[in-house]
Amino acid sequence: MLIRVNVNGEWREADAWPGESLLFVLREELGLPGSKNACEQGECGSCSVWLDGELVCSCLVLAAQAHEREVRTVEGLADGDRLHPVQEAFLEAGAVQCGFCTPGLVVAVTDLLEHDPSPDELTVREALSGNLCRCTGYEKILDAVEVAARRKREGVW
Amino acid sequence: MMDVLLPRTLEEALEMKAERPEAVPIAGGTDLMVELNFDRRRPEAMVDVSRLPELRAWRREDGWMFLGAGVTYARIQRELKDVRALVQASRSVGSPQIRNRGTVGGNLGTASPAGDALPVLAVHDAEIELAAAGDRRRRVRWDAFLLGVKRTALEPDELILGARWQVLNGPQSFSKIGTRNAMVISVAGLCLALDPRTRTVRVALGSVAPTVVRAPDAEAYAAQALERAGVWDEPAPLPEAEIEGIAELVVAAASPIDDVRGTAAYRRHALGVLARRALGWALDERAEEALVG
Repeated sequence: MLIRVNVNGEWREADAWPGESLLFVLREELGLPGSKNACEQGECGSCSVWLDGELVCSCLVLAAQAHEREVRTVEGLADGDRLHPVQEAFLEAGAVQCGFCTPGLVVAVTDLLEHDPSPDELTVREALSGNLCRCTGYEKILDAVEVAARRKREGVW
Repeated sequence: MMDVLLPRTLEEALEMKAERPEAVPIAGGTDLMVELNFDRRRPEAMVDVSRLPELRAWRREDGWMFLGAGVTYARIQRELKDVRALVQASRSVGSPQIRNRGTVGGNLGTASPAGDALPVLAVHDAEIELAAAGDRRRRVRWDAFLLGVKRTALEPDELILGARWQVLNGPQSFSKIGTRNAMVISVAGLCLALDPRTRTVRVALGSVAPTVVRAPDAEAYAAQALERAGVWDEPAPLPEAEIEGIAELVVAAASPIDDVRGTAAYRRHALGVLARRALGWALDERAEEALVG
């Protein structure tokens, strides 16, 4: 079935098999492999995107449900070669090891800070509870959130 | 071949269901998509109910609450703060990503005994509203709707509209036991509410029987124990022996099994702990109300 989705501000069309997830369409048909495919059951958060402005696991969205709707992916964050401040913060804090969970975490952290630029640590941990990282032990990710949050409060983004 | 139907209105959706009763409703997809992704299920057709405005609504009228089947857990947290047990249950569902998609209608349709919203509906004696084409509507009490593990009274041509219940104004809470603090399927869950107006206590249990169940013996005993201690008239502590007695009857209402998430023995133990805690919170809250009032 033909699906029309606004992805990162641009209307795109994909000919999807009706049982396909939004994640599959993004990665395999729209050339956007930033969202990662891991657990396929909403546990790991590595496929996190925004659907009509809400943070969701794209593996749990039926592609057809995104028809005529807006999707924002991790690819929509950087401005050309300039990384998004949350991506910069991840680099600076050393919050990236193997990197597989990074796109999902960057999206989840951006979502959190867009809603709440001054989250306390419990709020951060709760907001990131749907994103698993098997390398870092999370400490440096929390450091990155702090750096990105400070810049958000300073008006850098 | 598989078809996805994309109705814009409830009426359209019901007509589609009348024509294609095999079409499986999909809302947040947090249950059904897992089945599809893992190739455990290949429905011939699916009907997307996530866009139906009728299902995304909630309203309060004359002491009654109606919660549309398509209201997400995230919206319950934001918009229904005073339905406290439901907010607590909603907060404990999955992660932010899951709560942005998952709906109470999904809990009802999936009918897993671990559905976190279900003990709250049971405590409120909620009626489930069902609809079919040709303006056919019916209401079924929660315990006549949830028939067994993943079995409900929903007819193939029907959709779940939502749940309605009479608002309870006394102390209430939902709590659950799991392996960690977030993103966890409950091993045992409990919703307790005091209704000072009727001087009754209500307790519902999750994940400890084929469906969510109430604990009627514990409820009756608790109401009497609160009467004996004078709690209905003014705040008073409940003797330890009474709390134990109530907790034991709560545990007796369960028929848990051993599974990957926990053993039956652990579930019984956990229920006792949850019952004692929930009673403690309810009595504290009653004492605070009395101070303020």
